[in-house]
Amino acid sequence: MSIDDTDKSFGPPVIKIDKLVTRVGGRVLHDGLDLELRRGEVVGVVGGSGTGKSVLLRTIIGLNRRAGGRIEVLGQDIGRLNGRELRRLQTRWGVLFQDGALFSAQTVAQNIQVPMREHTDLTPRLMDELAAVKLAMAGLPPDAATKFPSELSGGMRKRAGLARALALDPEILFLDEPTAGLDPISAAQFDSLVRDLQKSLNLTVFMVTHDIDTLRATTDRIAVLVDKKIKVGTFDTLVHDPHPWIQQYFSGVRGRAALAAS
Amino acid sequence: MAALQEIDVAATAARFQTVRRSDAFVIEAGGAWVLGSAERQDAALRALSFGGVPTLEIDCTHLARLDTTGAWLLMRTKRMAEDAGAKVVWHDVPDAFLPLISTIDHDCQGPPVAHPDQHSFHAFLERLGRAQMHFFAQAISLLGFLGMVATETLATVLHPRRLRIPALVHQMEEVGLNAMPIVGLLSFLLGIVFAFQGADQLRRFGAEIFTVNLLGISILREIGAIMTAIIVAGRSGSSFTAQIGTMKVNEEIDALSTLGMSPVEVLVLPRMLALVLTLPLLTVFANVMGIFGGALMSLFDLGITVPAFLRQLQGAIGGGWTFWIGIIKAPIFAFLIATVGCYEGLQVERNAASVGMLTTRSVVESIFLVIVADALFSILFSLLGV
Repeated sequence: MSIDDTDKSFGPPVIKIDKLVTRVGGRVLHDGLDLELRRGEVVGVVGGSGTGKSVLLRTIIGLNRRAGGRIEVLGQDIGRLNGRELRRLQTRWGVLFQDGALFSAQTVAQNIQVPMREHTDLTPRLMDELAAVKLAMAGLPPDAATKFPSELSGGMRKRAGLARALALDPEILFLDEPTAGLDPISAAQFDSLVRDLQKSLNLTVFMVTHDIDTLRATTDRIAVLVDKKIKVGTFDTLVHDPHPWIQQYFSGVRGRAALAAS
Repeated sequence: MAALQEIDVAATAARFQTVRRSDAFVIEAGGAWVLGSAERQDAALRALSFGGVPTLEIDCTHLARLDTTGAWLLMRTKRMAEDAGAKVVWHDVPDAFLPLISTIDHDCQGPPVAHPDQHSFHAFLERLGRAQMHFFAQAISLLGFLGMVATETLATVLHPRRLRIPALVHQMEEVGLNAMPIVGLLSFLLGIVFAFQGADQLRRFGAEIFTVNLLGISILREIGAIMTAIIVAGRSGSSFTAQIGTMKVNEEIDALSTLGMSPVEVLVLPRMLALVLTLPLLTVFANVMGIFGGALMSLFDLGITVPAFLRQLQGAIGGGWTFWIGIIKAPIFAFLIATVGCYEGLQVERNAASVGMLTTRSVVESIFLVIVADALFSILFSLLGV
């Protein structure tokens, strides 16, 4: 499905990374990395362990410092924002961390309402209604609202984390390994959830993942982190890429496809 | 207020108009129905009443933007009308918003979330009951832990080769040798303080020389042992809990069991034995440092020379039980501290808050138990007349 979408007209760029350099502990992870995400697009980032997938995500959302280059999100240069402007920008994206990163001392409903309480002046009643809406959109049963994160399974924690990420109706959604640690059925359900939400909310999704099924099911384009830079392509163009790591990564898929064709 | 406008600066303000026609009630929604403007819309929409309205028309012709919050407000209004018996018709919904509206309509049928009431009398009783049951459960599991430690100890005594000498020596260095600077310094300072306070009071009676008796007896009988135990509880008891607890979080304890090793034998016994062996030694060291501090103070403040000090000290404590009363208590304190420290470590659950919470609890409980045990010893010794 994602093959023909290359020509689909996506909106203006919402994330623009220009010659990014990052260093972690003296080691250069990204050197002159360029990437562009357009509105309404789902981009998956893959790469070997230690190539800095999560670091890239954290750098875009301002949790890591970059050593050089330029990152523009929603038309604003991350490096030039002061604290107030950055906070304002942060309300326009939502982040789902690997294990949900829910606040353990609060119920799921309270977790979802944290950003609402912090950044809006909605009445408690409307916040309760909206929390129920977000829960339902994330595919959680209503009785999950009063539970604490420790009482939820891994898959439900991710859904609750997603509900919190969606609390302020963000324009961009960052997902860090959304299907890691889920069984294939839950993972597939999560994939279709992300896809549905993307469609109905017109989200731009930046996703770090290892899961080749997730890549195939949800992404419009795939960004591969190799040699400290990024190679962007669709699933089908990357399968034929000559780079050895990309070859190896997709070879299982190719094998399966070849098997199916014969 | 400011926070609201920050959410969406570019949005043209959301607005809606209501028109009452004879055949229908029309809501014309326009502008950006997004989170940033929800606060103003919320109350007005909630105040609408649809009594006796046959049809509600929601006209979205001028709707520029819509997010989940705006969609929910529209949906809630629609449901209010339906509950009042009206038929609802959508007009000119832009194609872009259809998926969102249908998602909200389809998925969000539930009532608003409820928050558990934590302030009612009922909730208070429930917490009280839970705490009580938790206390009993913990008492039983502590008893079980003691039994486990006892059987493992017995097994180790019968098969001394099972004792892990390297681990024991490492722990003795950790809890004994490395604790010497802090224990020594604090005891030294306490000796100075005691000598100073005692001299101040006794000087009024011209009995400065008895400062030495006060110092010797209080440090040897009580202060040396109990201060050392408290410092060690804070220093080593907490680290037992944190170390074992972190291993529990990391599933290392389970890994030990599956490899055929008993966690009690590998982790608890060396720590417990190390503490029981080193705490008496630390107490002796603390006594020496405390008396040294007192002697120094006596020399400078009271002019009691070191030989005179020692002669007086020998007269005060020589031949009696004073020294041994302090030392006898140390292994018991050590046992309490190590038991609580290791037990709480094994109680850690697999979440991040657990280690910190149980480490705190371990320190508080072991200091509490040390002081209770000290009080019991006082009663015992007074009954024995020593």
